Amino acid sequence: MSTTRAANPILHLLARLGAAVLGTFAAVGRLTLFTLSTFRHILTPPFYSREFFHALMNVGYLSLPVVGLTALFTGGALALQIYAGGARFSAEQVVPQIVALGVVRELGPVMVGLMMAARVTSSIAAEIATMKVTEQIDALVTLSTNPMKYLAAPRVLAGLLTVPFLVAVGDTVGVFGGWFVSIKSLDFNSATYLKNTIDFLEMPDIVSSLVKGAAFGVIATLMGCYFGMNSGRGAQGVGQATKSSVVAAAVLILAANFLLTQAFFAA
Amino acid sequence: MITLTDVHKSFGAKQILRGVNLTVERGESCVIIGGSGTGKSVMLKCILGLVTPDRGTITVDGEEVTASGDRDAFLARFGMLFQGSALFDSLPVWQNVAFRLLRGSLKRPRHEAREIAIEKLRRVGLSPDVADQFPAELSGGMQKRVGLARAIAADPEIIFFDEPTTGLDPIMAGVINELIREIVVEMGATALTITHDMTSVRAIADKVAMLHGGKIRWHGPVAQLDVAEDPYLTQFITGSAHGPIETVR
Repeated sequence: MSTTRAANPILHLLARLGAAVLGTFAAVGRLTLFTLSTFRHILTPPFYSREFFHALMNVGYLSLPVVGLTALFTGGALALQIYAGGARFSAEQVVPQIVALGVVRELGPVMVGLMMAARVTSSIAAEIATMKVTEQIDALVTLSTNPMKYLAAPRVLAGLLTVPFLVAVGDTVGVFGGWFVSIKSLDFNSATYLKNTIDFLEMPDIVSSLVKGAAFGVIATLMGCYFGMNSGRGAQGVGQATKSSVVAAAVLILAANFLLTQAFFAA
Repeated sequence: MITLTDVHKSFGAKQILRGVNLTVERGESCVIIGGSGTGKSVMLKCILGLVTPDRGTITVDGEEVTASGDRDAFLARFGMLFQGSALFDSLPVWQNVAFRLLRGSLKRPRHEAREIAIEKLRRVGLSPDVADQFPAELSGGMQKRVGLARAIAADPEIIFFDEPTTGLDPIMAGVINELIREIVVEMGATALTITHDMTSVRAIADKVAMLHGGKIRWHGPVAQLDVAEDPYLTQFITGSAHGPIETVR
């Protein structure tokens, strides 16, 4: 083998490249099938309402504090940056409009999506991977319960439905953060700031934000379920599954954000 | 009756089962023994359909397990006690025991399912106040008992026990062995147990099968275990480091 490598280094490189490409296609195929299977289970009975309610609480309600805090600081920092940057060409007065646009169109959904990847994807992946390692998934099957329907479907549906609400909260708190910093530190008039914000935002801005939220919610929960269900053995397997799920969710959220922004706003 | 005919299973290049032939009669308690990594758990999972064999057939009362029938009804005939109990951490004990009775084809009203769970807990020697505790709050022995209660909750016809005494002290192991024997006799269920523990074998088994090299090496009544002349079986039951079974795997 080593002789072949030495004799044909280019062939060896091509073989490795080919294997990597095939591996990537296989992974995409597996993930696609997993996604289709999850949505089939979301749409067909039986429905596990208790598991769905539990997932709603975990994905949505319990994420509110982290989403609120992240959005508050981001909105405040954005106001300071735009004021300082705008001052270079005497455009300080555009702070309300740019904060509103930046938070609602981009930073709100992306920050919430990344917070979901950190908080929800990791927790789902670690929980399901541990269930796999401790044979709880096998136990579900022997108890006549489909793990996709019991574990994946309620979580992904909860992500789809709750993350747009979280994004709406994040957008509102982010704009509030910008308003607060602007009137306290930058001498803006409160009423004028709010009027400029409301007048400037349009319905497509808000719709795009919520659609992004739904897409990011699905990605975050789906990645947790996929990597959890396909985890390796032992503690190392659980750790690897958790890490991979967060990385995959974060990358896919940013990629989806680009595609959705292009779909909504590229003229 | 469970019948395995020429069952093969490999994982990658590693051949685990190389033609297993075994019959377990209805109402019989059969114990599978064999060294670690010989494929005992894989065999059990093949019967349940958790793992698909590469070759061979497995039938339960004449019905092939891989046949596309009513999977829910098929699995409803089985109960299983897992090696690590495999209790659901997020559910209280009674919901673990009554899991099958709270959903699917065997669904009962919630209060009825809880009553059955408490009755099954009592049957395995646990008091009703354990019902509302979570699995993480219980000792290993108590978790095994809860796992046993869950396995028998829906009165299955066939019960599988995967290493039922692993990790337990000898007294608790004895208690679990006794419980298994009593429950199997009382329910008239067919039982298939895999274990390394020879005390368990003698307490639970009607018949014993030894799995070695991916095949059933010896199969016979428990009474013949000590008089059998198979050198592999003798080495295994005496726990000797010397004999035909390689000690370095």
